[in-house]
Amino acid sequence: MKYIDEFNDPDLARRLLDEIRATVTRPWALMEVCGGQTHSIIRHGIDQLLPDEVELIHGPGCPVCVTPLDVIDKALEIAARREVIFCSFGDMLRVPGTDRDLFRVKGEGGDVRVVYSPLDALALARKNPDRQVVFFAIGFETTAPANAMAVHQARRLGLGNFSLLVSHVRVPPAIEAIMTAPQCRVQAFLAAGHVCSVMGMAEYPELADRHRVPVVVTGFEPLDILEGIRRAVHQLERGEHRVENAYPRAVREQGNPAALSMLEEVFEVTDRNWRGIGPIPASGWRLSEAYRAYDAEHRFDVTGIRTEEPAVCRAGEVLQGLIKPTECEAFGTACTPRTPLGATMVSNEGACAAYYLYRRMTDGPAQRGSRIPREELNTVG
Amino acid sequence: MCLAVPGKVVSIDHRADPMTGLIDFGGVRKQACLEYVPDVRVGEYVIVHVGFALQRLDEESARASLELFEQLGLLEEEFGDAWEQAARQESGSEAR
Repeated sequence: MKYIDEFNDPDLARRLLDEIRATVTRPWALMEVCGGQTHSIIRHGIDQLLPDEVELIHGPGCPVCVTPLDVIDKALEIAARREVIFCSFGDMLRVPGTDRDLFRVKGEGGDVRVVYSPLDALALARKNPDRQVVFFAIGFETTAPANAMAVHQARRLGLGNFSLLVSHVRVPPAIEAIMTAPQCRVQAFLAAGHVCSVMGMAEYPELADRHRVPVVVTGFEPLDILEGIRRAVHQLERGEHRVENAYPRAVREQGNPAALSMLEEVFEVTDRNWRGIGPIPASGWRLSEAYRAYDAEHRFDVTGIRTEEPAVCRAGEVLQGLIKPTECEAFGTACTPRTPLGATMVSNEGACAAYYLYRRMTDGPAQRGSRIPREELNTVG
Repeated sequence: MCLAVPGKVVSIDHRADPMTGLIDFGGVRKQACLEYVPDVRVGEYVIVHVGFALQRLDEESARASLELFEQLGLLEEEFGDAWEQAARQESGSEAR
């Protein structure tokens, strides 16, 4: 499609940057919530192209990163069982639990499989009636409708051998936690476009009002991100704090009603512990009463597993924008994507891993370029 | 994880449960669940995440964004009042 290609236009990017530069009169700190955006920003050097006054703080929007250690340990315990086929998205394979990861469990004989869609896990359950198929249901509001559909279908089909290990998280309570943290530096939010494709924008006006922060729903292309930043800076310079949609081609005000009603049926809101941050009230989903029989934690009796985070990692400070990844002593030495010490290094959507991949140990003065590479982004929207 | 890719709906199997379609991602074709975009038609674009179409892409909004970007490019960088300039641009930015 032509217009998708056009969104990779470096000339347009330069114009947006000029526009931001012409607008900004003093320093501002903006947080991009979504790990996909963090990845895109670091990969394309957007943070280095911006005027010095505009600082981007990388938020906690990487579901792989924030999945708590005890949930990983529960996954490992379940995956090691002989009767289980354990299905997961690929990016959870190398997330370290206390003493191993899913990759290792597979090496030790566990039947661990990577699926593209939760419906693939459902198909495995239908094909293997003598095995227990467990799907690792992680993710934000973007992913939850897919996982909800899988368990909804399982219940409709009466599949007794399918269950979910659920660790879903929600963005608005995380924004609330960030804004109420004592050292909060965030003055505006770029809200995650695909989360809003599902949820719509109804949850944000109240947050924007109460904390007096602009919230700009933003896409994933470099141009989309620049446009989100442009609008946020505009609002900040004028002392406004509105919810704006800078990604209207994929986000409608009311979200996706069909997906929302499925979420409503299958999940209920619960408190969640976020790796690197800690417990955030009402920040997650668990299976609702009607679907409790499909909860792998109960089915495999792993609810008792409690794991403490190692204290060496400063991911919590990174996730709240208090330090940059490169300010952590362990960055790139004791802590790398191969041997991650904590949340933000375990997935390439984590801020530390993104810095490691694209910005290793270059914590010097930002290099200012004028071109954004014309490579195809894989997080277009 | 929030990776969501736009693709074109090539065909729809209304009888499949859940409703499924074949989506073309620039040459790579994959099946995706269409239950959450029940009104989608062949030829339209959708955003697909973990095998599910989450939303129809609104081509008109995409064009409006592009027009806005074009407008920004046409604005001369003058020595005038930045606020006035910004206000003029703002009036074009609310295109929906």
